[in-house]
Amino acid sequence: MTTTNAVDFGRFVADEKDGGHVLHMLVDGIHCANCAFRIEETLNKQDKVQARVNLTTRRLTLRWQGDATRAASLTQSVTDMGYKLTPFDTAESENSDKREEQALLRRVAVSGFASGNIMLLSVTLWSSTAASMGMATRDFMHWISALIAIPTVIYAGLPFFKSARNVLAHGRTNMDVPISVALILTALMSLWETVHHGEYAYFDSVVMLLFLLLIGRWMDRRARGRARAAAQDLLTMLSGSATVLQDGQPILMPIRDLCAGMLLQVAVGEKIAADGVIENGQSDIDPSFISGETITQPVNTGTRVFGGMINLTAPLTIRITATSGESLLGEIVKLMDKAEQGHANYVRLADRVARYYTPVVHLLALITFLYWNLLAHQSWQPSLLIAMTVLIITCPCALGLAVPAVQVLTSGRLFRHGMLLKSADAVERMAKVDTIIFDKTGTLTENEPALANPQQIGGRNMQLAASLASQSHHPLARALFNMYGGKILPLQAAEHPARGMEGDYNGQTIRLGSRDWCGDVNADNDGAPEIWLRVGEEDPVRFVFADSLRQDASLILHTLKSKGYDIKLLSGDRSAAVAKVAAQLEIKDYRAQVTPIEKHAVIEDLRNQGKHVLMVGDGLNDAAALAAADISMSPSTALDITQNAADIVFQGRKLAPVLEALNVSKRANRLVLENFVLSVGYNLIAIPMAMAGLVTPFIAALSMAASSVVVILNAQRLNRG
Amino acid sequence: MDVLIYMIPLALGLGLLALGGFFWAMKSGQFDDPEGAANRILRDDPPQAPAQAEKDH
Repeated sequence: MTTTNAVDFGRFVADEKDGGHVLHMLVDGIHCANCAFRIEETLNKQDKVQARVNLTTRRLTLRWQGDATRAASLTQSVTDMGYKLTPFDTAESENSDKREEQALLRRVAVSGFASGNIMLLSVTLWSSTAASMGMATRDFMHWISALIAIPTVIYAGLPFFKSARNVLAHGRTNMDVPISVALILTALMSLWETVHHGEYAYFDSVVMLLFLLLIGRWMDRRARGRARAAAQDLLTMLSGSATVLQDGQPILMPIRDLCAGMLLQVAVGEKIAADGVIENGQSDIDPSFISGETITQPVNTGTRVFGGMINLTAPLTIRITATSGESLLGEIVKLMDKAEQGHANYVRLADRVARYYTPVVHLLALITFLYWNLLAHQSWQPSLLIAMTVLIITCPCALGLAVPAVQVLTSGRLFRHGMLLKSADAVERMAKVDTIIFDKTGTLTENEPALANPQQIGGRNMQLAASLASQSHHPLARALFNMYGGKILPLQAAEHPARGMEGDYNGQTIRLGSRDWCGDVNADNDGAPEIWLRVGEEDPVRFVFADSLRQDASLILHTLKSKGYDIKLLSGDRSAAVAKVAAQLEIKDYRAQVTPIEKHAVIEDLRNQGKHVLMVGDGLNDAAALAAADISMSPSTALDITQNAADIVFQGRKLAPVLEALNVSKRANRLVLENFVLSVGYNLIAIPMAMAGLVTPFIAALSMAASSVVVILNAQRLNRG
Repeated sequence: MDVLIYMIPLALGLGLLALGGFFWAMKSGQFDDPEGAANRILRDDPPQAPAQAEKDH
């Protein structure tokens, strides 16, 4: 990565109270802890500088004393090491999501503290009788429990109460409604019992239930928070910075402030920040971000380029024609946003169960109360106590654990197979998939061009080509140089942007580059990536490149087809290249030269037809499609943004994880269903007993725990076979 | 049973201490970078001056 010189970070530098300055940046290119340490060391060595890299978020916080303009030299020392820094506004990164997650964690801690201490007292109560303990002691313990439990329920139960009130206000119901009712009624009833010197109080059950439920809620929130970071990172990219020429001076400016008509300066290796037309310069650009196309395109003055493409060989000056909001990249962000909102409407199995569960349980409790009060002529307190037991014993614990218990094991198993599960309900959605859409470049193929015709090239030509290539930045030249194992000649050579390399060999001019510049313009052109070598007046030699398939692609696709999945291939690449891969893999349904917007539309269409779509892709051009699909996977070689948009990220050079993920999620879903059956079965036995008034609080607590254990044990079967 | 007068407040006090500790850890950013913390402990280099915790929240 080359740096932009003398850029102005000033806009992003914030002043600290002690007179120092602080700058927050996203670091691109950190692969391991050592990278982070090296950056910190380099910076901390300098006078009055304090640098800290957050490895989890890949962010660098830089603090220093002295002049604010030191930012330029400090950041330069990091960019010189090969890392790319993107400054960002802290105000923007500070999101309410994180605060919410922390508030939830605080509630978990409080309810954990409360349940531990109340349990301590309850064990004493359970293990002794009123006779051995004395009524005063028992009441004392109940009062202490109440003092801990009531504030805890009010504070820690708030998320459930709020959510329950919200859905009820809309005339719907979810799992939080029975939870809230059980929490409030049980707490009030226990308080009433305590005041009237009753024998039993249920404070332990209330608080323990709250604690377990909050843990589940917190894990859920974390998973979703990570998914949301996806859209945010993309926005950071848009809200990153670009170098703009103003009165001949380069100025670093947030991308969102770019306007049509501005002059954008793009260094070698830098991403173009906005759509525009080239005003000055001649270079090659890598369009794979946007179109998935494997061949670099030569560009010169007047060529139209899109934000997201990478400038490869020479600096460019671009006249911006569309602002970030209207650009192609902006369009992709909008589609992703929309898709993510769509996912929010997905009703999970657990919530669908809750829809039936809630009214049934409440109705049963009501019937129980009315029966004991009116027909069995009990006074209202014992009747209410029995009705309450019904509510507690049917507590959604087992039901609530049915899904998470399986999910934890599933993500563990997928992780061992090199897959990272990113959203909580991914497995559930994965199990329903019937249509699989693949991207080509980087997904079915390895996205590393390899020389396809080495046998047609002589040893001397190979050496000359590799020697010239060693001095070039062009991806095909790099590939050629990397595969050549022999000796590299120290040639005098110069790079001509958008054309190739020119050098001198024993007095002869040799050229390595494009067909138009040094190749045979009349030779057959099959559209494959190529470079040509011309030595003096000799005939030019063609080097053809091909992107090789993942080694097990053919086998995996064959297996998927035999399992009845509908396989499609959507690629932004040229027709010839796509058709070849489709033929090799026997995919009948394929489309080439598909734009990112079209990919998204195809998936929307399929989903509207009632299909369940799995999208596997790796490019930025796939990001919107990944977000739109029911479920998405992307290889770990994909761009960060694409990985963030995907539900599952898989590692390695093989395609096998796709098959494994489908198989595991099918098994997991069956186990979840079994768990539901088990917990419903438990309720079928427990509820009549509770309704008959045969269950004491101790038995209720015991059976609740037992049902949870059964559900967890059943989930363990996932790892068998 | 008189001992309860001391034992129960003691138990509660210990619990509150742990709760307070957890809140402190959360506030001071101990959970901000779990991956970094896991790696930093493996470093051989002499410890540098304690960098100020990131004020992300």
